[in-house]
Formats: sequence, structure tokens, C-alpha cells
Amino acid sequence: MAHAATHDEHHAPRGWVRWVYSTNHKDIGTLYLIFAIMSGIIGGFMSIMMRWELAEPGIQIFHGLASMVYGVEGDAALDAGKHMFNVFTTMHALIMIFFMVMPALIGGFANWMIPIMIGAPDMAFPRMNNISFWLLPPALILLLISFFVPSAPGAHGIGGGWTMYPPFSTSGQPGPAMDFAILSVHIAGVSSILGAINFITTIFNMRAPGMTMHKMPLFAWSVLITAFLLLLSLPVLAGGITMLLTDRNFDTAFFSPEGGGDPILFQHLFWFFGHPEVYILILPGFGIVSHIVSTFSRKPVFGYLGMAYAMVAIGAVGFVVWAHHMFTSGISLNAQRYFTFATMVIAVPTGIKIFSWIATMWGGSITFRTPMLWAIGFIFLFTVGGVTGVQLANAGLDRMYHDTYYVVAHFHYVLSLGAVFAIFAAWYYWFPKMTGYMYSPTIANIHFWVTFISVNVVFFPQHFLGLAGMPRRYIDYPDAYAGWNMVSSYGSYFAGIGVLIFLFGVFEAFQKKRVAGANPWGEGATTLEWQLPSPPPYHQWEQLPRIR
Amino acid sequence: MIRAMKRFIAGGIGAAAALFSAASAWAAQPSDWEYRFQPAATDIMHQITWFEGYTLAFIIPVTLLVLVLLAYCIVRFRASANPVPSRTSHNTVIEVIWTVGPVLILLLLAVPSFQLLTNQYSPPEEAKLTIKATANQWNWDYEYQTDDALSFNSAMLHEGDRAASGKEDKSVYPRLLAVDNEMVVPANTVVRVLVTASDVIHAFAVPSFGVKSDAVPGRLSEVWFKVEKEGFYYGQCSELCGKDHAFMPIAVRVVSPEQYETWVAAAKSDLPAANKALTAQIEAASKLAAAN
Repeated sequence: MAHAATHDEHHAPRGWVRWVYSTNHKDIGTLYLIFAIMSGIIGGFMSIMMRWELAEPGIQIFHGLASMVYGVEGDAALDAGKHMFNVFTTMHALIMIFFMVMPALIGGFANWMIPIMIGAPDMAFPRMNNISFWLLPPALILLLISFFVPSAPGAHGIGGGWTMYPPFSTSGQPGPAMDFAILSVHIAGVSSILGAINFITTIFNMRAPGMTMHKMPLFAWSVLITAFLLLLSLPVLAGGITMLLTDRNFDTAFFSPEGGGDPILFQHLFWFFGHPEVYILILPGFGIVSHIVSTFSRKPVFGYLGMAYAMVAIGAVGFVVWAHHMFTSGISLNAQRYFTFATMVIAVPTGIKIFSWIATMWGGSITFRTPMLWAIGFIFLFTVGGVTGVQLANAGLDRMYHDTYYVVAHFHYVLSLGAVFAIFAAWYYWFPKMTGYMYSPTIANIHFWVTFISVNVVFFPQHFLGLAGMPRRYIDYPDAYAGWNMVSSYGSYFAGIGVLIFLFGVFEAFQKKRVAGANPWGEGATTLEWQLPSPPPYHQWEQLPRIR
Repeated sequence: MIRAMKRFIAGGIGAAAALFSAASAWAAQPSDWEYRFQPAATDIMHQITWFEGYTLAFIIPVTLLVLVLLAYCIVRFRASANPVPSRTSHNTVIEVIWTVGPVLILLLLAVPSFQLLTNQYSPPEEAKLTIKATANQWNWDYEYQTDDALSFNSAMLHEGDRAASGKEDKSVYPRLLAVDNEMVVPANTVVRVLVTASDVIHAFAVPSFGVKSDAVPGRLSEVWFKVEKEGFYYGQCSELCGKDHAFMPIAVRVVSPEQYETWVAAAKSDLPAANKALTAQIEAASKLAAAN
């Protein structure tokens, strides 16, 4: 192996060429992870600014921020600040979805680990892998530029929510900011589609001899399904936002009623993408959590086939439930009945997954190392988000929840406490493999507990706000909502401290350089990546592993 | 933290004060530290409130079950308590149970859910009053579909205008919820609201009525309500519509059918005078009731 490693070194490009021209899946995965951390810091900063604003009734900081950033004063600053708050909600969502969770889970961990776990030397299309990554920074830059570009009269940046509903995204914000954002999402979408093609090809064609589909690790299953969801849903979004672009700039009227168009059509197109998108965000996490629970319980995954096909079912049904985001938009009673029913169906495969994770732990010999803490946290918090999802599925009840903080609480439980917990679980699981260094378990565990407590303080009270009727995307609220908003805001400051602990833990691990060894997790870690040294050689599996 | 406690105590006092004042002027609006729905004012909202409690009766036990199972695994199967792991990875019976169990729970949820949904679209009788609500950035136009047209604009009450409009009592006219001209409707009468918008999408919502409908340009959506009790009811725009999205509340003043008839006749010629007269009439009636 040592000989092989020096041989590899010989071919490895150095310096900036290694990173910018990279066709190596591990280097590209690392780039994706660094990119995701940077985006996460930007998106997290925005959320803390919003919570600061909402800590008390009245407008606290955004008129000041607007006058700092846009140089306006007085009433103009107040108006610009109100719009700026909407810009923050919009950008927080777009950045967290397209530039944090997706790059972390799909571009980062999947890129790093899928070829290794299926016994392949690299991705199927290494150069396409390179362009997939390098499309993202320009996409993010376009989005960040939109922040400083005129939109609605007297305001800058896109303030229509990540859903970009017309007419507010067309005639409502005539300035070019929305065009920047549309092009940004286009480019990010191309990046994801190319990545999806790469994963599908790799997983179908490059598995090691003997690794049939039904022996493939669950993370590979989850990424395969995610890639299909991306491939099928993103073109619909691309079509929808292209129609938005031509409505804005070339006088088409797809979505404008005065020209015979229909604003609701955009909502259908958007959510045909948007609902699969939320499964795109969470499915890779499902795969990761399965591996971690199995590793630290020292047991094989319970009900492997059920786990794999539950994900297939979630992905498939995820395409036929989109209008449950539109129960109050005026869709017909029968449409509401159908979408209520179809949405509830998803609870069944999701339940199978939750119970199978618990069954994997059942009878195991469980060690509570950092990744396992995150994984158990994921299982419980995802359950909380899942059961409120069952409530939201009912059109008659969603009438009350729609566009309130109840929805905000729900999707942050499944994404901020679901997908993000899965990301941190994966980070602490594979960090020793990717870097060769072991982090400080103490710092990592403090990071877990601070995050676990703080995010619950942030989001649990938002259920109460939603029930009491507080609409989402509000810069100011009636005084009665002050109590829970204050609690939620304090939680978010505490969560911000959690991010600092995380960053310190990473810094500390690279500074102390504790050697992790090939397999720091013991006999429970059975997937192929643990048979390689840490970090793995520049090119792995030059001799393909054989799977019995 | 001390400030938080002070606020908590102040909130408690505020809630108690609100309780006392509620006797004189009922107003459905969120209250401090509220953690459930606002009080229901229509039969539909009673049904929604019941159904919400019904769903909780399933989802809270399910969540607790997951929590208990996780806790049991953590304690019973930790490495020190169970050094040798089992190799079990299949059990058909248990897999069938946790597939069929959720299906049954969903069926139990679905039946009342579909009934509730159908009821929301089945007013008990033909609407006696129809009002067209047109949302604008950032206020509402209410157009009464009566013999002589009555239409007026309803915008948020600015703090500076409280004194001039006689709306100084914040428990009845809360900040961000009170408006200059309320939508006035009769109690115990089916009222239909046709919802649309003139510029971008907004949403008409009154939580205590159990109604919410997007206001979409070029479309007419319909909601209906039959309010049981007279008073002020508040809602807020519920679809992101621009910088003043948080500042275009919906205020509905529910009065007796007789008071409504008097008001609607007067409002056609002089709306502010009709509103003032209505307030005076209601205050006189409540003073009379208190005296008796």
C-alpha cells in the first residue's frame, strides 16, 4: 500500500491546479464541503439577523441595516429595511437549500464516499464532476449580487420568498435583482442536473464485482434516488423560472392574468419541483443515518430491503403530492381531497424508516460517540417534524396552519434539525476518514448538545406562534406574540454559539493532528471506505474489491 | 434573562387585564404566550379546533413511543449493558405491524379530516350577504354586494390616528391589527366573501373564523363564515406581498343584524359617521346591560 501511495503522489497535481482543474472525486468533494460551510455561515448569519429583528415587537435593526448597506435615511430607510427583511428570508432559504444542504450532502459527502463505498476508482464522468462544482460559485455570486441590485421601487434585492410567486416576482419587483436570482438558480440547477447524471451513471455501472443493487450500501441507494428526483424535477423548475424570466423581460404573459396567463400555474410548476426538492434535501441524510446507527450499534441495518424500497416509495410518491403547498390557493375541493390523501400516504414509508432505525439499535451494543449522538438526535427530531407533517397534510386543518409559523416550525424540524443534523452526523462520522485526523470528541459533543438544545428552543415555540395565528415572513407582529418570539430569538443566538464551537472543533482537529487510523469506529463499520487508509490514497480501488 | 422574566410577569398581568376587559368588548385576537388556536367564533372553527385536538391525540403518543423506544435502546443496549450485539436484521411480523399500524392510524385521521374539509365547502344555507374583498399593496377594498353599492377601503390604523378615531383601547384595537374602517357583518348570518387582488397575491385570513384564502389577481375565490358572537375579529395578510406585508390586517366587526341594517343604510352616505354611530350604539347597549 505504501508503494502504491507514493506512486499515486507522482500523478497528483499540486497547488491551485489540483483544486481548480480537479477531476478527483475526493478533491471535488472537499471543495463542495468547504463551499457548503461558507454558504452555511452566510445563511446562518441571515437567520440570526432575522431573529434579532423579531426578538421584540416593532422594527429593531433593519432600518439601520438598510441605511448602512443602501445609504438611505429616514422613511426611505424604514421602507428599504422592511423589504430587506423579506430579502433576508428569501436569501436565507435559497442559500441554505441550494448552496448549503445540497452541496454538503450530494456534492460533498456523496462525491467523497459513493465511489469508495461501491468500490469504484472515481465518478463516471470526472470532468463533468469538475464543472458541476465550478458552476456553483458563480451561481452564488449572482445571488449575492442581487442583494445590491434594485428590485421593487425604492428597494434592493429579491424579497418574494424562495418560492418566487408571480406577480410579485414579475410586475411586483421590476428591477433586475430577480433576473440575477433566476439566472443563479438556473446555473445551480444545471450544476445539480450534471451531478445527478454523474451519480446515476456511476452507481449503475461502476459497482465493484459482486456488488448487486441489493447489496449496495444504503447511502448509495439514497443518493441514487436523490439523483433521479433531481433529474426529473429540476427541468420543471428551470422551465417555470424561464417563463418567469420571459414574463419579466420579453412581455410574455404565462403568469399574468391581464395577458390571459395564470399566477397559479407557476405555483404548480414550482411545487412540482419544490416538493421532490425537500426529499432531495433529506434522502441522503436517511442513508447516512442508517450507516451510523448500524456502525455504532455493531449490527447490520434492520430490514435493509424495506429501508431501500421505503426510500424509493418516498421518492416516487413525492412527485404526486405537490399541491399540498397550495391548499389555500383556490384549488378545487376534489383536488384538496386527493392531495390530502396522497400526502398522508408518505407517512407510511417514513414510519418504516424510523422504526427500522430503532430496530437496528434494538439488541445492539451501542456506543455513544459523536456521530451516533447526532444520528439519534436526527431520528427523534425528524419524528417531531414528521408528525406535524401529518397534521399539515389535512387540507381542512392546513387552512389554519398555512403560511403561519407552524409551517416554519415543521420544515425547520425536518430540515434544520433533520437534514442539518444528518450533515453534522456525516461530518463527524467521515471527518477522520477524509482528513486522517481525529477531532476532539469533547468539543464535538459540546457542539452537539449546544445545537440540540438551542435549535429546539428556536423552533419549538414557533409551533405555538403558528397555532396562535402568527403569519410567516413578518418583520413585525402584534404584541401578543412577543413572548415566544423572544424565546425563539434567544435560542438562535445560542445556536450561533454552536456554529462557533463547530468551527473551533475543526480548527482544533487540524492543529492537533491526532492520527485517526483506517477505522476509528471498530467492527461495526463494515462499508468499504473503512478498509482504506485514512485519508484514502489519491486514487483508490486500483484493484477492485470483490463483494461476496 | 431578568428582562425575560419581567416580560413574562408583565405578560401575565396583561392577560389578566385582557380577561377583565373582554367582558365589556369581546375581541378575538392572539393573547400573550398563546400556545393553542385563537378562540373559535364559528362552527367551522369549532370543528377545526376539535380536529386539531384529535390529531394531537395520535401524534403525541406516536412521538412519545419513538422517544420511549429510543430511550429504552439507549439504556438497555448500551455497550456496557449489552456487550455482544445480536445479528438480527429481519423480522417479518414486526415489519408488517409497523407498516399496517400507521395505515390504520392514517385511516382514523382521514375520515374526520375529509368530513371537516367537505364541511368547509358546505355552508348551511345560502349566503345572505356577499362582500367582495380586493387586496391591494397594502390594504383591502371591501365592496358590499347590496342593492345600493357600498364600498370602502380598509387600512391599518396608524398609531398617530388612535385619538382622532376614538380607538385608544389597545385591548380592542391592538397595534398592527386595528384598522381605520372595519368590515361590518351581521352575527348568526352566513356571509360570503369573494376574495381577489389587484396587484400581487395576498391572502384573506381570520383565524377565529377558520378561513384563509389566497387573494389572486384575475381569480375570485370564495370563503364563507357564520359568526356566533358579536365583537371584533382580527386576521392578517397571509401571503408574502411586499414590504408592508405585515401591515395590512383584516378586521371584522360582527354586530347584531339590526345594528348591521342601521349601519349599512348610514354607511352608504357617510362611512365615518356610521362607524361612530355604531360604536356609540354598542357602547350604550353594553352600559345598559351592565346596569341591569
